Amino acid sequence: MTSIWTYTFKNLPSTSKWALGFCVRPLSCSSQLRAGPAVQTKSKKTLAKPNLRNIVVVDGVRIPFLLSGTSYKDLMPHDLARAALLGLLHRTSIPKEVVDYITFGTVIQEVKTSNVAREAALGAGFSDKTPAHTVTMACISSNQAMTTAVGLIASGQYDVVVAGGVELMSDVPIRHSRKMRKMMLDFNKAKTLGQRLSLLSKFRLNFLSPELPAVAEFSTSETMGHSADRLAAAFAVSRREQDEYALRSHSLAKKAQDEGLLSDVVPFKVPGKDTVSKDNGIRPSSLEQMAKLKPAFIKPYGTVTAANSSFLTDGASAMLIMSEDKALAMGYKPKAYLRDFVYVSQDPKDQLLLGPTYATPKVLEKAGLTMNDIDVFEFHEAFSGQILANFKAMDSDWFAQNYMGRKTKVGSLPLEKFNTWGGSLSLGHPFGATGCRLVMAAANRLRKEGGQYALVAACAAGGQGHGMIVETYPK
Amino acid sequence: MVASRAIGSLSRFGALRTLRCRGYICRSFTGSSALLTRTHFNYGIKGDVAVVRFNSPNSKVNTLNREVQSEFIEVMNEIWANDQIRSAVLISSKPGCFIAGADINMLAACKTPQEATRISQEGQTVFEKLEKSTKPVVAAINGSCLGGGLELAISCQYRIATKDRKTVLGAPEVLLGLLPGAGGTQRLPKMVGIPAAFDMMLTGRNIRADRAKKMGLVDQLVEPLGPGIKPPEERTIEYLEEVAVTFAKGLADKKITPKRDKGLVEKLTSYAMSIPFVRQQVYKKVEEKVRKQTKGLYPAPLKIIDAVKTGLEQGSDAGYLAESQKFGELAVTKESKALVGLYHGQVLCKKNKFGAPQKEVKQLAILGAGLMGAGIAQVSVDKGVKTLLKDATVAGLGRGQQQVFKGLNDKVKKKALTSFERDSIFSNLIGQLDYQGFEKADMVIEAVFEDLNIKHKVLKEVEAVIPDHCIFASNTSALPIKEIAAVSKRPEKVIGMHYFSPVDKMQLLEIITTEKTSQDTTASAIALGLKQGKVIIVVKDGPGFYTTRCLAPMMSEIIRILQEGVDPKKLDSLTTGFGFPVGAATLADEVGVDVAQHVAEDLGKAFGERFGGGNVELLKQMVAKGFLGRKSGKGFYIYQEGSKNKNLNSDMDSIFASLKLPAKPEVSSDEDIQYRVVTRFVNEAVMCLQEGILATPTEGDIGAVFGLGFPPCLGGPFRFVDLYGAQKIVDRLRKYEAVYGNQFTPCQLLLDHANSPSKKFY
Repeated sequence: MTSIWTYTFKNLPSTSKWALGFCVRPLSCSSQLRAGPAVQTKSKKTLAKPNLRNIVVVDGVRIPFLLSGTSYKDLMPHDLARAALLGLLHRTSIPKEVVDYITFGTVIQEVKTSNVAREAALGAGFSDKTPAHTVTMACISSNQAMTTAVGLIASGQYDVVVAGGVELMSDVPIRHSRKMRKMMLDFNKAKTLGQRLSLLSKFRLNFLSPELPAVAEFSTSETMGHSADRLAAAFAVSRREQDEYALRSHSLAKKAQDEGLLSDVVPFKVPGKDTVSKDNGIRPSSLEQMAKLKPAFIKPYGTVTAANSSFLTDGASAMLIMSEDKALAMGYKPKAYLRDFVYVSQDPKDQLLLGPTYATPKVLEKAGLTMNDIDVFEFHEAFSGQILANFKAMDSDWFAQNYMGRKTKVGSLPLEKFNTWGGSLSLGHPFGATGCRLVMAAANRLRKEGGQYALVAACAAGGQGHGMIVETYPK
Repeated sequence: MVASRAIGSLSRFGALRTLRCRGYICRSFTGSSALLTRTHFNYGIKGDVAVVRFNSPNSKVNTLNREVQSEFIEVMNEIWANDQIRSAVLISSKPGCFIAGADINMLAACKTPQEATRISQEGQTVFEKLEKSTKPVVAAINGSCLGGGLELAISCQYRIATKDRKTVLGAPEVLLGLLPGAGGTQRLPKMVGIPAAFDMMLTGRNIRADRAKKMGLVDQLVEPLGPGIKPPEERTIEYLEEVAVTFAKGLADKKITPKRDKGLVEKLTSYAMSIPFVRQQVYKKVEEKVRKQTKGLYPAPLKIIDAVKTGLEQGSDAGYLAESQKFGELAVTKESKALVGLYHGQVLCKKNKFGAPQKEVKQLAILGAGLMGAGIAQVSVDKGVKTLLKDATVAGLGRGQQQVFKGLNDKVKKKALTSFERDSIFSNLIGQLDYQGFEKADMVIEAVFEDLNIKHKVLKEVEAVIPDHCIFASNTSALPIKEIAAVSKRPEKVIGMHYFSPVDKMQLLEIITTEKTSQDTTASAIALGLKQGKVIIVVKDGPGFYTTRCLAPMMSEIIRILQEGVDPKKLDSLTTGFGFPVGAATLADEVGVDVAQHVAEDLGKAFGERFGGGNVELLKQMVAKGFLGRKSGKGFYIYQEGSKNKNLNSDMDSIFASLKLPAKPEVSSDEDIQYRVVTRFVNEAVMCLQEGILATPTEGDIGAVFGLGFPPCLGGPFRFVDLYGAQKIVDRLRKYEAVYGNQFTPCQLLLDHANSPSKKFY
């Protein structure tokens, strides 16, 4: 019904935007007044589209994000995912049997639980009749899980989907070398003693050298930190700027944590250990301390250090996504709408981490919004240098004209609206789980600060990126 | 198909390609408190670091000459005298080029050894000052750093290079018949060790930045940057400068030491080299190897060894003196002139005289996935050209596709490509058995069997499916293009493109135009060839064009020599002893005896008695017995997979016996045999110029050296006539003419040159 209204009003001469805003949101109550002046400047009153179902986030949670090798180190990925699912069940009180489908994102897969979504769901007591699948798209895997959910609901297949993400960097699959694997497989097939002995005679000591999961980009063989350092240099981002930005992230995260703003965090009683209730990677330091660190990737003169990069993190997140009708019918008060989204991709060598630069204007245009309409920016912080390079890229006419096919620059981002509750640098970055954290942070910030639209953006390995508009649910 | 293999040293001429750098931008100064502009250098001061930027006007590359050197010393004197400056950075403003080397023209202008020695000594003096600088100087290297450029860099206290494919360091002087004359023979062994220094100076090979770092030739690497606030190339140079400035500061503050940690192997090597006996053994070994490879035809390598030896054994004063004197001696040798001439010729043959074509070839189609077809496909997909490879059978096609893949995969093994790049390049190739997609082709190159009827058949088939603008190129070695084009509906779009086997190794491409071939068709064929990395000569149509036509009389003479009882091994050693990279009998085996027979018969018909000499019957009998050369495992030699040693094919004895000719003692000395082969070649080449098949002597020399393996130390047939003397060659020809008749009759143009000694091809 909402959509019909919007459609009608979009085509009216907007003499009184104020009145329009009011009508478009028939579901909202009088607290509308509160957001008054800000709303008036918006290009669009809402992003609802005719003939398309509105899709809402009822709520979302995450277990605390911890530095790898700390409290979660003895667990398996599905344990973390299960904890996040249980937290979501508890938070939303959703009856398990209502959930139509579950989808999770993850990056480094534990081979035993390669469809980690299914294992976690079964363990969390979801109906064995609820199908689940796992998606992977590097650091935007849970973004992909969310948009998959959006697609499933928008197409009318399902009404209630749980989307989430998980990553456990405390343990990674380290394999035997290909030669060793081949020998072991051949050994299984060998029938006679003679065949086995002849196979064994081919054994060489170097077969035993293990194969680590790739940290480097497959297509370019370059590690992400290395690429980030080059990117920072290409945009002339100094070490000092990077350290300052990292410090800002940690300070804001600390403040948000202290003020209890990180309400998406649910406590997790780790088996055999204490209950974990807080992210443990937030460590505001001083610029002097940070300046002492040696570069981590391009030695000895690079600018990316351990202090201005996101750290290896364990964590999981989950959120409940529904069609608006269903949510309302079940008596929920949703937190936000998931609106337009885009995926972008570019050169994985020199523009590996510029996803947000490309995604931002594209998703804004798609939604019919401008930068000024956005009240909340939630960007994934892989590296300080990456964030600052994206800032500079968006603020450069030269870059826009030569690489983005635009006439003018995207524009500068208002720092006062940007990642004000910390980001991946300080809160942590469990690859597969970050996307849901970004969206929940955006939704919660919109509610707290009274804004209407949030822009979520992230970069990912493979030179890909994601951007999505989150619209607050009228109070 | 007529083809020949070139030895490594010949293909190394490719190294010189980097001497030509692309792009040229002027950068404005930022962040400098002072700016002092001269012609070639300007410098600014960043804090207490002087940044000296080398940017010669009106040139794509920086080269070293007297003017540059004196300006450089002026700048350095100012820096040394300025108390506010504590260190310096030397950088080039030209993208893709640090310093390409010494000015070749300056050296070529030297008339006497003394003049060249003086140039060398001047260079030595400048670099010695630089080496002894009390203020550390950092060389910031982006792009080619070759010859004199390398010598300058190793005189600095510290070197930082961009890890870019364009950044190469090397001492290619030997390829020009020279030695590194500005301290290179003295400093390089100390810097990278004796074995590595010999390797660099004797092969002239280019060393990429990452390898240079491992060798200790550069101290730091800087990664090239992608797009940012500026174009990547521009920002990379700026970044290199920023990094170099911090290192210069660090050196001045003694926070960084220029010494580096050596690995275990390196420590052991340098320990071993400190023992005089071991050094003597190394000199001996290297000398032996050089003598074996050069057969005494190239003086430069031995002098390089000498200069290094003198410096190490008798101290640096003696070393520098030896270096400069030997440099002087080498600069005026015929060999050096020949090699420098080839270098210039190569540069010329890398330009498109016909201008830019109207339409770039983006979609190429190749007919026939044999050795040649697949080879052409490989060098095309390599450069991003989308290529359709069509063959008649699945098996033939599969073989061709595997050949392309193997060629690319070998590059992965050599780390010239990543496996990802290989896959991405290989996806430019589409193999097929039909004409699907030909309607979008910009050019079709046929490499089907050398038979006029088959060529006519495919030409008609292809013309039925290709678009109007599409060019039809024939990769034939001897069939006249005019005859192939006879059945074409649009002869202006028909052209010959004669590649040499193996296509990925042989640099030459002979383009053949008929009277009807349009200018744009030619321009387009050249443009594609240049993209494929070829050195190109454009010749007129005629039987055998240029290369095959020169080869045929030479081959004929070779057969006669064999018939006269010289065994193939002896013949091979005589021809390689003259400077041919591949012996004559081996060459026939490589080319294919059946092909040689084909060519001999065709051209024999076209040119008659003049192309006679040896009896084609010999080739016929070989073909009848299946002795087709390397491809069939037997020819003059026996070829075994995996075995390098080749033995004579004893089954040939009966053939030789049945066709034996009496040897003529008056023209059968070793030298005479060599000259009988060479003079027929040279005479035919000159005749090609006389008849207008060739447009310029340069193209004749380049075609002979790069396509047929004419001795590079002689510089090609035309350079050879100039340097050796036309009269002497005519005398030789007359001597042989007296015995064998008109096959040796000197052509008119050669006679003209003999009659007036002032006449030169160059």
